[in-house]
Amino acid sequence: MRPQAAIASKVFIQRDYTSGTMCQFQTKLPSELEARIDKQQFEETVRTLNNLYAEAEKLGSQSFIEGCLACLTAYTVFLCMETHYEKVLKKIAKFIQEQNDKIYAPRGLLLTDPIERGLRVIEVTIFEDRSLTR
Amino acid sequence: MHLGVSESMRECEYSQISTRSSTPMETPYKKKTPKRRKWESFPGRNKFYCDGRIMMAKQTGVFYLTLVLILATCGLFFTFDCPFLALQLTPIIPVIGGVLFLFVLGSLLRTSFSDPGVLPRATPDEAADLERQIDVANGSTGYRPPPRTKEVVINGQTVKLKYCFTCKIFRPPRASHCSLCDNCVERFDHHCPWVGNCVGRRNYRFFYMFILSLSFLTIFIFAFVITHIILRSHHSGFLNALKDSPASVLEVVVCFFSVWSIVGLSGFHTYLISSNQTTNEDIKGSWSSKRGKDNYNPYSYGNIFTNCCAALCGPLPPSLIDRRGFIQSDAPQMAPPTNGITMYGATQSQQSHMAATTPLLQQQTSEPVILTASPENGILSGRTALSLGGPCTSLPLGQPTPPTSTPSLSCHEVVDMLPIHTHTHSHAHTHPHPHNHTHPLQDPMAHHHFLTPEEVPSPPGMLPCGSPMGHSPTVQAGFYNPASQDSLHEDSVRGLVKLSSV
Repeated sequence: MRPQAAIASKVFIQRDYTSGTMCQFQTKLPSELEARIDKQQFEETVRTLNNLYAEAEKLGSQSFIEGCLACLTAYTVFLCMETHYEKVLKKIAKFIQEQNDKIYAPRGLLLTDPIERGLRVIEVTIFEDRSLTR
Repeated sequence: MHLGVSESMRECEYSQISTRSSTPMETPYKKKTPKRRKWESFPGRNKFYCDGRIMMAKQTGVFYLTLVLILATCGLFFTFDCPFLALQLTPIIPVIGGVLFLFVLGSLLRTSFSDPGVLPRATPDEAADLERQIDVANGSTGYRPPPRTKEVVINGQTVKLKYCFTCKIFRPPRASHCSLCDNCVERFDHHCPWVGNCVGRRNYRFFYMFILSLSFLTIFIFAFVITHIILRSHHSGFLNALKDSPASVLEVVVCFFSVWSIVGLSGFHTYLISSNQTTNEDIKGSWSSKRGKDNYNPYSYGNIFTNCCAALCGPLPPSLIDRRGFIQSDAPQMAPPTNGITMYGATQSQQSHMAATTPLLQQQTSEPVILTASPENGILSGRTALSLGGPCTSLPLGQPTPPTSTPSLSCHEVVDMLPIHTHTHSHAHTHPHPHNHTHPLQDPMAHHHFLTPEEVPSPPGMLPCGSPMGHSPTVQAGFYNPASQDSLHEDSVRGLVKLSSV
């Protein structure tokens, strides 16, 4: 039995439903992360994520045209192109990757893309700081 | 001895973990097992076809009846009535009929086969975290956990979010748990047996298109079959006309009965769309003014046009359950690659979303939880189960940090009930109401506000990465071996026994 890697715990940022069913996450910094990351930084990350999700679900002219076009072509058009939502999800994935590389990894944290948790939570994995335990 | 760990632990902990270590400890035979797709271990009661591309409810008998009725009636129409009508009136009639028929069929299949907006169940980590927060909110007052609800104010209306015991999540607003499919569905409208699927956020527009076009088709066929009979009876008398085309009689009967129901249903759903309500909400009268003077629908955009646009032409969210992705059951050493996100674009699934291997872990955790009868392991079982339920049985039974005893002990009385809850729910699968989980142990309503994270006791250091996050492309080797499930459970039991002695 090998001793495990350095995962100490996980924190879950829950959804914020105050603006309805739109996908938004709570921006409050959980207490477990207070020691690890700056409050402003974290809120900035979550706010950007929220904006991206809002963009994905926006009822704009673009989504309207896309919807009509899809209906007329019996949704076969999506065999060739991605939906607007999927495009934004890719943007979000890239954003999270950047954030992890630049900000969270050096602090021993890891953000999981919410889409992998069914857009329920942002899972933040806290890695043990072995420099302290040794 | 640590795998792939170097001396410089102070910085870049994270990149240490991302090293992809080959794990010789995994039994060799596991790598040869065929990869299973996630739909094969989906926890809901759905049926999948075409290797996960098609998703339907369990009972599909009525759907086939719908198909047969539509196909038979249209078939009879095109065979017996259209030749006469095309000659006597205009050939455009069969063309329009054909277009309508194709549209009806297309929207029916699209409604029936697509994911209505199923919410994937919580990973064991999430469930444990929520349970912990709820237990702390309850405190140790009493041993019967009150019903779990959370209140939120949306657009000035107070909406209660209910906790789903099966899926272990707080349901988003407008979501509901379908008892027939055993899934929580976003913006749940209703479960339609005619369509053989739930109608929810992702397929409501197809459903509406289906009933609308079916109304037109039914009226169309009805009208033209009557026209056909009338025209024939000009030539040869009424009874002879009926004798000459007996199929028309059948069509008239089918259409006559369908028209009332289908057109009525279309009208009803048009009303729902224009007021941005779901069938569920309308039936329960959630936003009716009869409930109170200030009761209004917080989701409505205010005007009919916007509501219609939102329901029918809004962006189509992707499926949250990754049906065709492969089950990644990697060890914690297989920690995520540098981006920390599973390969969004790199999976082989069409949807390209790697929902966590929730189905896998959910299956496995349900049993270990039941096995623990002792209250001490109430909380721990939820977490250790995830670690042991993972295929890597080498998981940390010897975690350096023992669980902090105090918080766990204080939650005994409440936690005591938890395994029983899950037991009842995983095995009973009986939901008296589609929308409520009447739980035998529920107390009368108590409102809980969530404690801020500061008040929650620090979690014991027992959350290894059992829920696989990392899905580096090279780690596609199937570590998940269905054949070794039993041995995994045995390990789980042994592990739990070990823990209880900690």
